[in-house]
Amino acid sequence: MTAHVSVSLEVNGEPVDALVLPRTNLADFLREQLQLTGTHVGCEHGVCGACTLRVNGDIVRSCLMLAVQANNASIETIEGLSDSGEIADLQAAFRDRNALQCGFCTPGMLMAAQDLLRQNPTPDREQIREHLSGNYCRCTGYQAIVDAVERTAQARAGKAMPEQMP
Amino acid sequence: MKASAFSYARATSVGNALELLAAHGDGAKVLSGGQSLMPAMNLRLISPELLIDIGDLGELRGIALARGTLRIGALARHVELLNSPEIAAHAPLLTEAIAHVAHPAIRNRGTLGGSLAHADPASELPACMLALNATIIVRGQAGERRIAAADFFTGIYETALSADELLIAVELPTASKDSLHFFHEFARRHGDYAIVGLAAQAIMRGRMFADLRIALFAVGDRPVLAAAAARLTGIAITPELLSETAAALAGELDPQEDQQASADMRRHLAKVLLVRGVSTLLGRPELAGVLA
Repeated sequence: MTAHVSVSLEVNGEPVDALVLPRTNLADFLREQLQLTGTHVGCEHGVCGACTLRVNGDIVRSCLMLAVQANNASIETIEGLSDSGEIADLQAAFRDRNALQCGFCTPGMLMAAQDLLRQNPTPDREQIREHLSGNYCRCTGYQAIVDAVERTAQARAGKAMPEQMP
Repeated sequence: MKASAFSYARATSVGNALELLAAHGDGAKVLSGGQSLMPAMNLRLISPELLIDIGDLGELRGIALARGTLRIGALARHVELLNSPEIAAHAPLLTEAIAHVAHPAIRNRGTLGGSLAHADPASELPACMLALNATIIVRGQAGERRIAAADFFTGIYETALSADELLIAVELPTASKDSLHFFHEFARRHGDYAIVGLAAQAIMRGRMFADLRIALFAVGDRPVLAAAAARLTGIAITPELLSETAAALAGELDPQEDQQASADMRRHLAKVLLVRGVSTLLGRPELAGVLA
């Protein structure tokens, strides 16, 4: 019974049918079987947040979810959010504000930040920090990330000053 | 690391899950949200032969109110508890506590039943069940058992649940109009496991406690219902009484030392939380300084 299990799911809007081993987590399935390597694998026990993606519209840790549990689910990865343009402004704000250095945490950080902005379009800095508290960044010290999320929220609310390039 | 190999069965009903549990016993683990089980498996702390996935069992979902009791299905996710108007109205302690459970991405998958069955002594929800005087309903092939929360948690990751039983639901008495609650925890980072935490549910009579249930977590091998709280009911609370009660509380705890805190530090923080909780519940800020 440790044999492959058949799963059907939707990934970034496209139907996927695959055979997976029960022990394969969703992050490894996406990276190794579907070659969607934007989802990063850091701690593999739910602490660092690098593997954050959307399942049925909610952000989850893909290292703590088995691929077999994604049967019938709709998965959205950083590739999907990038290609659709949904977070183009947030990505630009990260770039402009130097909210990333090595970039390892960035896909998960963008996922968590966009999740916050969908639920609460005008968060204060404390709310931004709290929502991102499950995502580790070892480069930036977080200040620039909070700035980028805050600036994106302001821009979406139509309150932003014209962007100044550094 | 990655989990070692295991077999996987998607349960089609509670009866089917119980059959699988009866057939595989200790070799099987029940998978619901997986937010505690998967880390333990990825760290190779446990290597079950079979995972029984109960995630599709609609009969274990839902939050229902009937005759003064709130019944919460085992598969209710933390995010559902957080956003439930029924829970906010009838068990507001739980609403407040849930915000301290891990992070949004974890709360989107973690379940109440999973957290209780996992029984981490540092987690918030088992202590809330003690404070709220919950009844935990478990089912095996022989039938259902109703277990008081105070009898359910028996040690580190240990409960009264047998290997062939499934946690089905939790029942909470609804909070009366004269009840108040308090929740606070000390943690290094918001969402981390607590260094020490306290959940309290009180019934007020005038400016006194008619009933006071205080549960502490991360202070021992299981959540602890403070016996010392009985000293504070039906009596006008003086600074001296509160100070003595805090000392009595420290005496009944047997905290463990780890990289986060020594046993003495945990005893001290438990006293701080007790004093803070009581002074907040009574609206008497002058009591907050009794440990100074």
